[in-house]
Amino acid sequence: MNSVQRKRILLLASLAVIVLMFAACAPAAQPTPVPPTQAPAPTQAPAATQAPAPTQAPPAASGRGSCGTLKLLWWQAPTILNPHLAQGTKDYDASRLVYLPLASVGPDGIPDASTGLAAEVPTKDNGGIAADGMSITWKLKPGLKWSDGQPITADDVVFTWQYASDPATAATTASSFQDIKNVEKVDDTTVKISWNAPNPIPYVAFVGPLGMVIPKHVFADYIGAKASQAPANLAPVGSGPFKVAEFKPGDVVTYTANENFFDPDKPCFASVNLKGGGDATSAARAVLETGDVDYAWNLQVPADVLGGLAAAGKGDIVNAVSGNLERILIQRTDVSPEMGELRGEPVDKGGKPHPFLSDLKVRQALALAIDRENIGKIYGGKGVAGEGTCNVIIAPPALISTKDNGLCEFNIEKANALLDEAGWTKGSDGIRHKTVDGKDVKMNIIYQTSVNAVRQAEQQIVKEGWTQLGINVELKSVDAGVFFSSDEANPDTAAKFWTDVEMFTNGPAQTDDIAYVRSWVCSEIKTKSEGWRGNNYERYCNPEYDKLVDQLTTELDPAKRIEIYKQLNDILVSDVVVIPLVARNFPVAGKAKALKGVEANPWEGDLWNAMNWTNK
Amino acid sequence: MNQYFIRRLLFAMPTLLAISFIIFAVLSLAPNDPMSQFALNPAVPQEVRDNIRRSLGLDQPWPIRYGKWLYTLVTTGDLGFSFSSRLPVTELILQRLPTTLWVIGMAYVLSVLLAIPLGVISAVKQYSLFDHLATTVAFIGFSLPTFFTGLIFILIFGVRLKWFPWIYDSTIKVTDADSFLLVLKQSVLPVMVLTLFQTATLMRYVRASMLENIPQDYVRTARAKGLSERAVLFGHIFRNSLIPVVTLIALGIPTIFTGALITEQIFRVPGIGSLLVSSFNSSDTPVIMGVTIIFAVLVVLFNLIVDVLYGFLDPRIKYS
Repeated sequence: MNSVQRKRILLLASLAVIVLMFAACAPAAQPTPVPPTQAPAPTQAPAATQAPAPTQAPPAASGRGSCGTLKLLWWQAPTILNPHLAQGTKDYDASRLVYLPLASVGPDGIPDASTGLAAEVPTKDNGGIAADGMSITWKLKPGLKWSDGQPITADDVVFTWQYASDPATAATTASSFQDIKNVEKVDDTTVKISWNAPNPIPYVAFVGPLGMVIPKHVFADYIGAKASQAPANLAPVGSGPFKVAEFKPGDVVTYTANENFFDPDKPCFASVNLKGGGDATSAARAVLETGDVDYAWNLQVPADVLGGLAAAGKGDIVNAVSGNLERILIQRTDVSPEMGELRGEPVDKGGKPHPFLSDLKVRQALALAIDRENIGKIYGGKGVAGEGTCNVIIAPPALISTKDNGLCEFNIEKANALLDEAGWTKGSDGIRHKTVDGKDVKMNIIYQTSVNAVRQAEQQIVKEGWTQLGINVELKSVDAGVFFSSDEANPDTAAKFWTDVEMFTNGPAQTDDIAYVRSWVCSEIKTKSEGWRGNNYERYCNPEYDKLVDQLTTELDPAKRIEIYKQLNDILVSDVVVIPLVARNFPVAGKAKALKGVEANPWEGDLWNAMNWTNK
Repeated sequence: MNQYFIRRLLFAMPTLLAISFIIFAVLSLAPNDPMSQFALNPAVPQEVRDNIRRSLGLDQPWPIRYGKWLYTLVTTGDLGFSFSSRLPVTELILQRLPTTLWVIGMAYVLSVLLAIPLGVISAVKQYSLFDHLATTVAFIGFSLPTFFTGLIFILIFGVRLKWFPWIYDSTIKVTDADSFLLVLKQSVLPVMVLTLFQTATLMRYVRASMLENIPQDYVRTARAKGLSERAVLFGHIFRNSLIPVVTLIALGIPTIFTGALITEQIFRVPGIGSLLVSSFNSSDTPVIMGVTIIFAVLVVLFNLIVDVLYGFLDPRIKYS
């Protein structure tokens, strides 16, 4: 019975193998675009008009429930329907059909009250925002009701703040409520939020996916440590266009139209089926080629495959330019192994500047030798997953700098001239070298990124350009789970950045995101003593840049803020702190041809305006 | 016999303990955590992630967490609650069980029903056209991985021919013949993929076992006694060949409960296999532990059952 015994051992061994296999490949962090989950704050104050009109002309009045069933396909399945305990974008999305924030953020980054609970967006002009910037007052739409018939009042808004900001609740949305001093009920439909200090970014709390208001009468007994036990985590009572009929965690959610929804004509769909699981490629096939579903989320599929499927003609690709930027980060400190303990430490911590990348002309030469057109092709261009860009701040449109920093062209000749000028001469092996501090330095670049077919293709194109400059480029790819981990013992993480250049995507979480531009200030430099926790990967330090960022924290005038953002972008580009490569689209989703009303919105979840979707 | 049974059960305890310990250790030492979805998301900063980790008890060292997990399991039989859905693990598994048993179980029963006659005919008619054909198909069946056959079947029967749906819809309620047909139809592709693979393996096994017995002396004796070919085949060869086959089938039963990881993922079948995959992706340790420990218990249990079964099937084997 040899083989029987073997089978036995095999079964037990397979257990261990399965666990090991998944433990090894489960990503510690996704190298994919960061889905914006924090309520974006606009850089422009919304027009001071009455209840803002929807961003697009609404479809002809269709009547609630006259569109049949809407079939959605998410290749990650929702596991919980409480947005404040969400474990990922999937949960925010599934919750969004049931719960609404006070206002959404429109595709242009401007708050939109028509898809939220607020009657209008408070501004300085309509008196909603205090002149000193210390508070904001929201008014709810009149006559709002939860799906169980109870009225929606200011108490619910106050409760949501108490719930999410209680550390014991451990809400994922907690950060959107920071810096709030108090949220108080003025009357049944009016709520006032006051801050600790004048707040230049007023539309964060209760705006967008992190700001969904939950009912006090349902969650009152489940605040703090008991939050996990609330039955409503899986069977919510909401304010959105739909209510949950059935929820199987990790599999499927079925919704029906909420008869208490504030707009009596909406939603057009009588029911929604949100199926989860599977993989992105077959999801793309289901919506674009076979038409089995009406909408499929986050199609992380190679651009050529996606383009091919879209050609079948059953569906369209839905996408928008997001702030997510694929870029090359340039190391400013000496990371050679000989540095020992001081490897990659900034000069004021005893480290040394990088032997050649601290030279501006060298960095400019590197930037000029990038073939952006071909790199953009890997992403399929603007209509698919992204296109080449030369800016660091790439969305919303109002923030994009129009200044020509002279580094956007692909010009090998000019790059070579710059290197000659800087005194880097080609040796007998064709590699440029120069004597720096009495030492002969050769231009050897180690270029690291995560393991990902698209990234390796980009690396090849960049290497080709740089090799023509007489630079020896060594490509290195690290498993995403390791590359993006915060493991201090591992030398290959993006955070340690112990190579000359590295590449990955990052972007702002909101349209006016100070945290994003702060990741290049001196105090954020990653150092060993702080476990490489800072956000400044490049170890870049420029007092002029820091000063501008400081201004942002206090400047209340939206127009001036826009100017500052543009200046910050120009410093990062012209000083070649990073080399921007691709403006990545987010979302990249697919919809059936017949489905109307879908608006791709990089600052929100895919279902932010599902109440307006129709198939008529 | 009873003594043997008790001894085996006692031996199983340290085995299960070791399995649970190793799995827990591997999961805890691997570089991933439930908050990894938010690792690069500036809207969920480090402090918020640390706070959530604390609320899930992940700030404690893993040996302590293992101790707590084991203590609760042994004293109350409670497998804990899922990090991602906050549901008790037992409830999550029970939700997935019917679909798993339906799809994976049906595939298993079908494979057994197909493999035995195919294997018997192949062995009796060795080197005939049928044998060559069956052997070739079997080789293809177990050489091709399920993720490959799954995709091929989707492309042919789902996308091109549109005969069968390939996105499993678990919301269909069986109320009449029509809805039952719908459920049956959407199960066809995953069942086909699994059946092809399992039948192939099992059929080769039946065939080999039959061929081992055909040239034996007792068969010649039976024929010499003047028994009909039919009686020789079924009464003697088949019965004896079946002993290892039954063992193999019984040992395979635990895999029905754990589902088919890859096939479930491809066809979006909400079984225990896909629960395990998504729990790995979100580092949902309690769920992974729950599913694997149940699997381990079943494997150990069925090993025991098989050994006991042996005593009945084969009178030559005696336990003491």
